[in-house]
Amino acid sequence: MYSESNEKKLDEIISHYPVKRSAILPALYIAQEENGYVTDDDIKYLAKRLDMRINEVEEVVTFYTMYSRKPIGKYKLQVCRTVSCMLLGAEQITEHISRKLGCKLGETTPDGRFTLVEVECLGYCDLAPVLQVNFDYHEKINTESLDKIIEGLK
Amino acid sequence: MTKVLTSRFDLKGKACDIDVYLKTGGYQALEKAFKELTPEKILEEVKKSALRGRGGAGFPTGMKWGFVPKESKRPKYLINNADESEPGTGKDRDLMRYDPHQMIEGMIIAAYTLGANVSYIYIRGEYWYIKEILEKAIAQAYQRGYLGKKILGSGFDHDMYVHPGAGAYICGEETALLESLEGKRGHPRLKPPFPAVVGLYGGPTIVNNVETLAAVPWIILNGGDAYRALGTEKSGGTKLYTVSGHVNRPGNYEVPLGYPLMNLINEECGGIPGGRKLKAVIPGGSSVPIINAAEAGKCNMDYESVAAVGSMLGSGGVIVMDESTDIFETTRNITHFYMHESCGWCTPCREGTRWLYKVFDRMKRYEGRPGDIELLYDLADKILFKSFCPLGDAAAMPVQSAIDKFRDDFDRRIKYDLVQIHKAAD
Repeated sequence: MYSESNEKKLDEIISHYPVKRSAILPALYIAQEENGYVTDDDIKYLAKRLDMRINEVEEVVTFYTMYSRKPIGKYKLQVCRTVSCMLLGAEQITEHISRKLGCKLGETTPDGRFTLVEVECLGYCDLAPVLQVNFDYHEKINTESLDKIIEGLK
Repeated sequence: MTKVLTSRFDLKGKACDIDVYLKTGGYQALEKAFKELTPEKILEEVKKSALRGRGGAGFPTGMKWGFVPKESKRPKYLINNADESEPGTGKDRDLMRYDPHQMIEGMIIAAYTLGANVSYIYIRGEYWYIKEILEKAIAQAYQRGYLGKKILGSGFDHDMYVHPGAGAYICGEETALLESLEGKRGHPRLKPPFPAVVGLYGGPTIVNNVETLAAVPWIILNGGDAYRALGTEKSGGTKLYTVSGHVNRPGNYEVPLGYPLMNLINEECGGIPGGRKLKAVIPGGSSVPIINAAEAGKCNMDYESVAAVGSMLGSGGVIVMDESTDIFETTRNITHFYMHESCGWCTPCREGTRWLYKVFDRMKRYEGRPGDIELLYDLADKILFKSFCPLGDAAAMPVQSAIDKFRDDFDRRIKYDLVQIHKAAD
């Protein structure tokens, strides 16, 4: 179920550690990249590949917030909600996106394009408020720049 | 002012290329360390420098390194804690994306001193593009012989890898980081044994913050005494602060230890927008007690002086709040953060942070009950120093200090007509 290039990547990652299990976090990113979320098959496969039990993989997946166990939109819009961003209007940013896309926090738009979530501190406090779209940061955003960002994603 | 950490920031990322780094004095400290110094001598210099851990705890770096046993049956490890997640802090981000080689050079010197042949950079998963910058920089260092077998013709081998986290604040705590690196949930371990003795895969392990390691090349080139002289007697050198919130020029600023907080706000950051007055400052990331304007006025930014006004230097995340700020709301926000990030391992933190937030939530709706403020205070007290790791303390201290100093903002949230009803009933 893994492409050949991903299998190679995985082998390379495993070689970094004396214990196979250490590769689980990077390996889950590869799994997630293929399907957009971590599937039951991914968990079974990685358990076998990294000498782990299925429940051990599952408990890791559910502990870390950057993995999803269910399908999400093509673009995950992550608004930082923590104190420095809050002081500079993070709540209004979330409201604006929510209104614009017609979807509530934690929901995915019916076309499957966008998922809107609030996240805790993204480490961009001095460039607040900040929005992360998948892995891309957008700093010092306001409602106008936000409209442009979202339109650019369509 | 001497720039120890940020001398290449003006190049805006060009120093990510090893040739630019070499042209601007890069890897000279490493040459010096390998050709002129012994591990003992390096350790001595780091001790002399009075460099303290820049991740938040402020533990003397040289002393920490000294805890690693010389002989060990299991391999030793060096870990660079780049899991920067403390609200208000974005300094390691710029150290890594503008000058990755400086940190890598510091890591190689540290690993040589400790006798560690493998090191990992544990970087938060959100900083994915920085992970790629680091991987490129490491590959270049291998090509030039600064990493790999027999570095610079010495007998020392070293391999360096980048390991991504996946969105858990707790993994910045060093023992939780080790668990995570071993492929488990990020639950902290019991200390002692400390990681310097029993750490990653059971081997002696040193976990240092990005900024701490980035300061090492300068110390080796210029000497521990020169570094110490930049700061105060007990807090040597310079510190990189992230200033955020209500200032005209938020950003990362490197200043000497002991620098006045108000100078940082008014000069480096251009003061508060709209001529508004200062209300409060969180001087060291969201985990430390909040201080009011009067305390900020007499606060110098070094470990001892910040402690003297009842707070901590922490990670150096300075969050500035002007007079328009409702301290109740910021404290509620911070409490939500700790509730979300509590790993669930110990009861005081897991249950305590949720209960705290429940009270905050009804107060937000102006439905606080008489006695709720005392309840918040008491709940925080039940978490403070009773949780398994310092995350619980970090959740409790901001609540207590905010109530102590900005009680009015909390009082407004209590539905006092309930008091009247009670009185009438009496």
